[in-house]
Amino acid sequence: MLLRPTHLASQETPPFELKGSLFTLTVLHLFQMERTAVERHLAEKVKQAPGFFNNTPVVIDLEGMADSPDGLDFNGLYELLRVHGMAPVGIRNGTPIQQAAARLAGLPALPETRASSAKKPDKTESVVSLSRIVSHPVRSGQQIYAPDGDLIVLGAVSAGAEVIADGHIHIYGALRGRALAGARGDAETRIFCQSLEAELISIAGRYRISEQVDAADRGKAVQIYLMEDRRLVIEHLIR
Amino acid sequence: MATVIVVTSGKGGVGKTTTSASFATGLAQRGYRTVVIDFDVGLRNLDLIMGCERRVVYDFVNVINNEANLNQSLIRDKRVENLYILPASQTRDKEALTKEGVERVLGELKQGFDYIVCDSPAGIERGALMALYFADEALVVTNPEVSSVRDSDRILGILASRSRRAEQGENPVKEHLVLARYAPERADRGDMLSVDDVLEILGIPLLGVIPESSTVLQSSNAGVPVILEDSSEAGIAYNDLVDRFLGKTLPHRFTSVQKKGFLKRLFGGG
Repeated sequence: MLLRPTHLASQETPPFELKGSLFTLTVLHLFQMERTAVERHLAEKVKQAPGFFNNTPVVIDLEGMADSPDGLDFNGLYELLRVHGMAPVGIRNGTPIQQAAARLAGLPALPETRASSAKKPDKTESVVSLSRIVSHPVRSGQQIYAPDGDLIVLGAVSAGAEVIADGHIHIYGALRGRALAGARGDAETRIFCQSLEAELISIAGRYRISEQVDAADRGKAVQIYLMEDRRLVIEHLIR
Repeated sequence: MATVIVVTSGKGGVGKTTTSASFATGLAQRGYRTVVIDFDVGLRNLDLIMGCERRVVYDFVNVINNEANLNQSLIRDKRVENLYILPASQTRDKEALTKEGVERVLGELKQGFDYIVCDSPAGIERGALMALYFADEALVVTNPEVSSVRDSDRILGILASRSRRAEQGENPVKEHLVLARYAPERADRGDMLSVDDVLEILGIPLLGVIPESSTVLQSSNAGVPVILEDSSEAGIAYNDLVDRFLGKTLPHRFTSVQKKGFLKRLFGGG
């Protein structure tokens, strides 16, 4: 009873809503805290690009200050940056003590992001890592699924075996079992095989059983895909 | 170090026990200390084929349960030196085969033997899994018909994924194909799959082709491994098979009609 919302509250348009969003912010990597040095360098920067520092939100990165033994004067730093046309919105990294001091000065700690350096190797891997390569023959009774990617089988797929992929399926041998591409409904996916002797072929749920495969297509190297009208097409590969 | 060889097929009645008996006998005849183990607990047959059914006192399950030691259970073959049989229990079922127990018994046998031949039961359940789990090599016995070939394909998949070698990421179990009950004239007529058909589907090296022969049935009933009938076609084929396993290069016999026709004309059939 207590948890039931009142009619009034549920019908009113809420005064606000919270949503996550991404922003590009300028990050100020702080290496030392000596006020005069920071101020001199700031003045120089502002002179170089006066228009840039016009209420520009900045995040102060404290990674370079990890060895700094004493507490940092965040109030002083905040004022200094304001005077030079910057609007500090928070800090990043730093020791727990530094983060606590920053919080007192009204600067919340933003989540650490292991930015550019960590991301790069990811990017080169991701394209391939979604595909799955099977270098042994797929025997009767075995089932192999490649979620989110392509499945590449170097040997034959035996009768009674099943190969499934969310992406394309490539078989560099005879396909005698079942092959289901686009398992999560992607109609653009295709099946390729060196010899079509399949029990069943399916693309995004459109299937054909062995009986419905034309005798002229049996034993041939083919690709299988869906037409615009979702008709399943078996096309001979030219070799 | 002893080599563990499983004789397996998936399907029943294709010639696993016949092959196990002749293969083990052939290895022993060539001087290797060999033991053949019947894994078909509850449906004991190997002792009949080997002709030692009247000498079974203790069995494989007794050894696993520490109710007897190996010396009490191993039956020494009377015809061939270096050959021993470890019979299955007829009164138990396959649940008696524990992985730890089988491993311990195989470990003890490895001390005294060159080859350990495991005669697998049909199916893909516990008995078959235990027979193949510790194998280093496998003889996959197939008949030239589609259901047998498909079941062999299934067993090959299990060898490649559920054997100890597969689970521990070691070199895979070495696979050999034994095509039994082959009749070239029926393959030519299209009643049977041909050697090439079977090889194309299974894709593993051919160790031997055993021709369909009435001698196999006769010698089974007499309790004599057919390899000892060395003038029969099946006996010759098994002798070739053992030699090939041990590294000899020999052409395959009894795979084409012409040869059989020629022999038939000479000896008037049989």
